[in-house]
Amino acid sequence: MSANVPMIELRKLTKAFGSKVALRGIDLRVAVGESLVIFGPNGAGKTTLIRILSSLSRPTGGSVHIGGLDLRTHADGIRRYLGVVSHAPLLYDSLTAEENLRFFGRLYSLPDPEPRVTALLERVGLAGRRADLVRTFSRGMVQRLAIARALLHDPAVLLLDEPDTGLDPQAAEMLHGLLAELSGRQTTSGDGLRRTIVTITHSLERGLAIADRVAILANGRLVYEAPAAGLTPAAFRPLYDQHCAAALRNAYQTRPGNRGGG
Amino acid sequence: MNFWRSVMAIVWKDIRAELRTKDIFSSMFVFALLAVIVFNFAFELRVPDMKMVAPGIIWVAVSFAGTLGLNRAFVIEQDKGSLAGLLLAPVDRSAIYFGKMLGNLLFMLVVEAILLPLVMIFFNLTLLTWQHLLVLGLGTFGFAAVGTIFSAIAVNTRAREVLLPILLFPVLVPVLVAGVKMTGALLDGETFSSLSNWLRLTLVYDVVFTGVAYLTFGYVVEE
Repeated sequence: MSANVPMIELRKLTKAFGSKVALRGIDLRVAVGESLVIFGPNGAGKTTLIRILSSLSRPTGGSVHIGGLDLRTHADGIRRYLGVVSHAPLLYDSLTAEENLRFFGRLYSLPDPEPRVTALLERVGLAGRRADLVRTFSRGMVQRLAIARALLHDPAVLLLDEPDTGLDPQAAEMLHGLLAELSGRQTTSGDGLRRTIVTITHSLERGLAIADRVAILANGRLVYEAPAAGLTPAAFRPLYDQHCAAALRNAYQTRPGNRGGG
Repeated sequence: MNFWRSVMAIVWKDIRAELRTKDIFSSMFVFALLAVIVFNFAFELRVPDMKMVAPGIIWVAVSFAGTLGLNRAFVIEQDKGSLAGLLLAPVDRSAIYFGKMLGNLLFMLVVEAILLPLVMIFFNLTLLTWQHLLVLGLGTFGFAAVGTIFSAIAVNTRAREVLLPILLFPVLVPVLVAGVKMTGALLDGETFSSLSNWLRLTLVYDVVFTGVAYLTFGYVVEE
């Protein structure tokens, strides 16, 4: 892939569920190795965006290119590049931690998954529980295993949809340390490579800590995009509130029946 | 090669999970056993020859128990969003279909392997012949092929337990009728070659519906 080609490129992306429009013409480019954090209120279309990027949902209009490949025609090839962490852990309760990873390792055609499974379980702090059933794990442990599953095939792109949902502060801290490592900010125990990461989170503090660039998605539109350098949570909070409020006001005014109203 | 490796990984995963929970097997087997016992008592005193009703009893027990199993097959994929985990993997959607289908087929065959000797004892019949096993195997294959795709359709609906049999049984009529006719004919001592029309129907059904499911499964599981 040429250095000029962005890792992720969305052009006029739209998604509608019947009459409800979730995404309205999103244009977005994420460079190779960049960490983009998307903030937005509930119902803004963030999860829909991640589902489309991860090939779980088809867009209604527009195009998605990942690694220079069109998602419509090369979904199978693109999935090989993607690691996805969502609110749901995407794991099997009745398998052990290592069985889950071995199973997904086979699906990703890893030639020898065992060393990778062991290394990842150690990395997420679950080596001592590798033979335990996932159903016996706490929410934080399940989420750590979900992260190990997402990293199993060493993906070039990580898509993280509120990965810290339901985590206690300690587990959330561990997760964000791992993300900082993967995004190349800390290379002490990682491989030093920078993954392209798209994260969706409600936590301004944690989001800004791992972001190269931030965006705000509100009412299905990207209403703000800027480099994260120099942005502090205190400075970003008013910007966030202002853009979300403006998007909501705009949505209310353009709704049929409200036009011309106050 | 990767295709079949993925299929076998999914089958292995389902077997492993089932060995732990026994959710699918226990509900299927208990239902099938109860059905055979109830029919045995219901018909014992009123039917002069159990050969007359045994084919229907066998296929009702197998198909209803199979439906119970199919109901569970995709429910375990919904737990913790694991179906999405499968769909995120770089494998052909049809590999997921064949993995789930072979798992369902295997569970049904295990239940049948235990059920048949019990039917033989209750009804005093001989069923462990290669002809009976072939007929049962082909019918079960058709059932699993169609049932797996309908199970995937029904799993995202609100009333999936009710919806699955309503969708499934009208489509299963040809294979169930053929199964009952062939089992009855074999019990009546007819030669295997005399069943060629029913056998052909079952084979065509299996091939056609496996092909249709193979081609359409991707659309069923994608949003």
